[in-house]
Amino acid sequence: MPNKSGQAHFVAELEDTPVAPIDRLDESQKARSTWADAWDSMRRRPMFWISSVLILIIALVALFPGLFTSVSPNLDCQLANSNGGPEAGHPFGFTRQGCDVYARTIFGTRASVTVGLLATGLVTLMGVILGSLAGYYGGWLDAIVSRVGDIFFAIPTILGAIVLMSVLPAATPTSVAFVLSIFAWPQIARIMRGAVLSATNSDYVMASTALGVSKFRILLRHVIPNSIAPVIVIATVSLGTFIVAESTLSFLGIGLPTSVMSWGNDISQAQTSLVTNPQVLLYPAAALSITVLAFLMLGDILRDALDPKARALR
Amino acid sequence: MSQTLTDTNPGGVESDEQPLLQIRNLEVGFQTQRGLVPAVRGVDITLYSGQTLAIVGESGSGKTTTAQAIIDLLPGAGKITGGQVLFEGRDLTKLSPKDIQAVRGNLIGYVPQDPMSNLNPVWNIGFQVEEAIKANGLAQGKEARARTIQVLQEAGLSDAADRLKQYPHQFSGGMRQRVLIGIGLSARPKLLIADEPTSALDVTVQRQILDHLGTLTRDYGTSVLFITHDLGLAAERAEQLVVMYKGKIVESGPSQEILANPQHPYTQRLVSAAPSLASRRIQSAKHASVGDSGIYGGGSLDDTLVARAAERESLAPVKDLISIDNISKVYRIRKKGLRSEELKAVDGVTFGIQKGTTTALVGESGSGKSTVAKLVLQLESITSGSIEFDGQDVAGLKGKELLKFRRRVQPVFQDPYGSLDPQYSVGNTIAEPLLAHGVGTAKERQERVKELLDQVSLPWSSRFRYPSELSGGQRQRIAIARALALKPDVLVLDEAVSALDVLVQGQVLNLLTELQTELGLTYLFITHDLAVVRLVADNVCVMQKGRIVEAASTDDVFDNPQQAYTQELLAAIPGGNFQFGR
Repeated sequence: MPNKSGQAHFVAELEDTPVAPIDRLDESQKARSTWADAWDSMRRRPMFWISSVLILIIALVALFPGLFTSVSPNLDCQLANSNGGPEAGHPFGFTRQGCDVYARTIFGTRASVTVGLLATGLVTLMGVILGSLAGYYGGWLDAIVSRVGDIFFAIPTILGAIVLMSVLPAATPTSVAFVLSIFAWPQIARIMRGAVLSATNSDYVMASTALGVSKFRILLRHVIPNSIAPVIVIATVSLGTFIVAESTLSFLGIGLPTSVMSWGNDISQAQTSLVTNPQVLLYPAAALSITVLAFLMLGDILRDALDPKARALR
Repeated sequence: MSQTLTDTNPGGVESDEQPLLQIRNLEVGFQTQRGLVPAVRGVDITLYSGQTLAIVGESGSGKTTTAQAIIDLLPGAGKITGGQVLFEGRDLTKLSPKDIQAVRGNLIGYVPQDPMSNLNPVWNIGFQVEEAIKANGLAQGKEARARTIQVLQEAGLSDAADRLKQYPHQFSGGMRQRVLIGIGLSARPKLLIADEPTSALDVTVQRQILDHLGTLTRDYGTSVLFITHDLGLAAERAEQLVVMYKGKIVESGPSQEILANPQHPYTQRLVSAAPSLASRRIQSAKHASVGDSGIYGGGSLDDTLVARAAERESLAPVKDLISIDNISKVYRIRKKGLRSEELKAVDGVTFGIQKGTTTALVGESGSGKSTVAKLVLQLESITSGSIEFDGQDVAGLKGKELLKFRRRVQPVFQDPYGSLDPQYSVGNTIAEPLLAHGVGTAKERQERVKELLDQVSLPWSSRFRYPSELSGGQRQRIAIARALALKPDVLVLDEAVSALDVLVQGQVLNLLTELQTELGLTYLFITHDLAVVRLVADNVCVMQKGRIVEAASTDDVFDNPQQAYTQELLAAIPGGNFQFGR
């Protein structure tokens, strides 16, 4: 066959196209895991640092409120200061009872954050355990967990909590968290079950089975670590909603008793002086919003960092 | 780019004819966070009207990117950074998006790689073909429907009129690829770009599709640009060949000439790694060692593997290590309502595997070969029949006994991207079976991991890596190391090299046979690729529809196939009898 122009046998110069060893591991690159990768992407985002710093401050305030104010939130109340405006040493002004709004906001953090953290922890624990058992073992266990979950899923969390709280004798942050988590676990359980189902069908689970690894060990060592990412994201987001739920319950008067300082109680008590003294409502509400926002932002960033599709683009 | 032109055809007539497609010094880069990464670096390709040209290269060589750059189909971050793409003298890189749209489909047709994902599952086939016909302005209204039927008939779907209302899931892979070819050729383009058009299909279907594509393009005088990783296919179907490596062309010219006499070291490597049926195992008995460079160099694979096979044959004892007697596996498939249907995935299969040998189970998709693997591994229970391992029936094994069996029979699976836990580092992955069986102390396990990494030629430092950082071949080597951790007697290799590039495939096969000789392993090798079987197997069982249709020694099956089905399979291997120069 005659060679047409430009189609003769061409061989590239060897210096120009050196031949590398076949499939040798490039040792110059640093080793990295999913979590190291996620960390790498998160730390580049300013929002991550903003929300982390906020959460750190909130945690500090919740643990050591005394560091932030020397004024007692309920002992230094003087009716003379009732509904007073801001003054030196009392930047947020006074409530109707003459208590310092700044001090109350600071001291209210602990109860609100405790409920949020505790409820999130409980929901995650219940959801992860029940969801992974249901998804992994299937059969009747799955049927029971899923149907019971559906029943609780059908009851709105707040509505269920209102009913249950109204029959409970004394509410503490712990009991409020328990009540909230009883009605909120199915969401996490559902997500976990779905993630576990897809991980269970993966090849590495079959490979481990064939290697002789026991079924329960596979669940613990392979399936759960590979399914937990979406749960972490949802849990971070729901932390904010639990704090809101506690405030709602306290606002309705069936949450924490008025003797316990919380943002919800303060917002509730602000009703009476709303028109004359809006700052009483403003500051606890702002603290609540900032806290919820910080956790929502973190959840958002975590989702981006752990999303395999978003990771592939990096 | 400096070039050496070696005209090996001095008597050839230099033609003045204008090329249909002329790519000059094409450069394509991908924008990433770390800046522009070049993917194609100075590529020149010339294609004349009516010719067929194949671009061959491993994954990541830039072959698909080159093809996509021609018709401006580069994915998001990709862009042409230099050079020209002259199509009938017109530079396609300078055209506006609107003008290039008129070129696409009408003048240059495209057949995508994966027939399974390139048809929209929510629209019926008729709609999708008609859409392409209307978009190319070939016909409108009633005429378009008639044209649709004609296009599908030409693509080889004889009952096209009745199938217009059917959806992609009702079509087999081969039929879907015919539809895509029909769409690609519907406007009678002057050039058809076919990106690995048959790599997802069985060999016999592949042959039909390629034959049909060849006839169509010859009838219409269409030029074809094949993108493929398969040298055999290139040798058989293309007049011109372009070998790409790391974004550059290393060798180009008439395909037969290059494959018979490869000049560039990379081409030589590719050619020597390509498994070919023409390589006679027994005759080439010279024992070529792999050389100083170990498995990374890639000497002539055939000779090495063949010598090892001969060595095994002289040693093999008579008693079967695994004997499989008349096993069946029936799945119940739920139908509408409460009815269910039986599906016989494996139907009365009987064969034996001698210690220290390799038995290959060959068949097309759906033949039941992978089910047999799962039955042997006790990952699924058999419906009837028996499997004996070392004189013991394995069907009812439980608890400790099962664990003992698992220790001796280990699997390596097909998909190196799926069979390793992405959250586990390499070191932990390899140590897992040791830990699960409670072998040794932490220090002894670490020593064993080191030894295993060494056996699969990976550095000790790789123990901290995660699967996402490794290539497919490296992952498969990790999977092999994990399988070897407990010093098993048998490895069940389920399509263990099918997903790998030719060179890497050769490397892994080399490693597997080396380990077999060294450790006296017995392999059950499950594959759809007969060319690979010839290289590694001592005995072959050919499966079709759940049954074994032919079982014999490798040489008997290849030299003297008894069954029509086996003959058909052998004939369908692209370039199967092409004598590569080595």
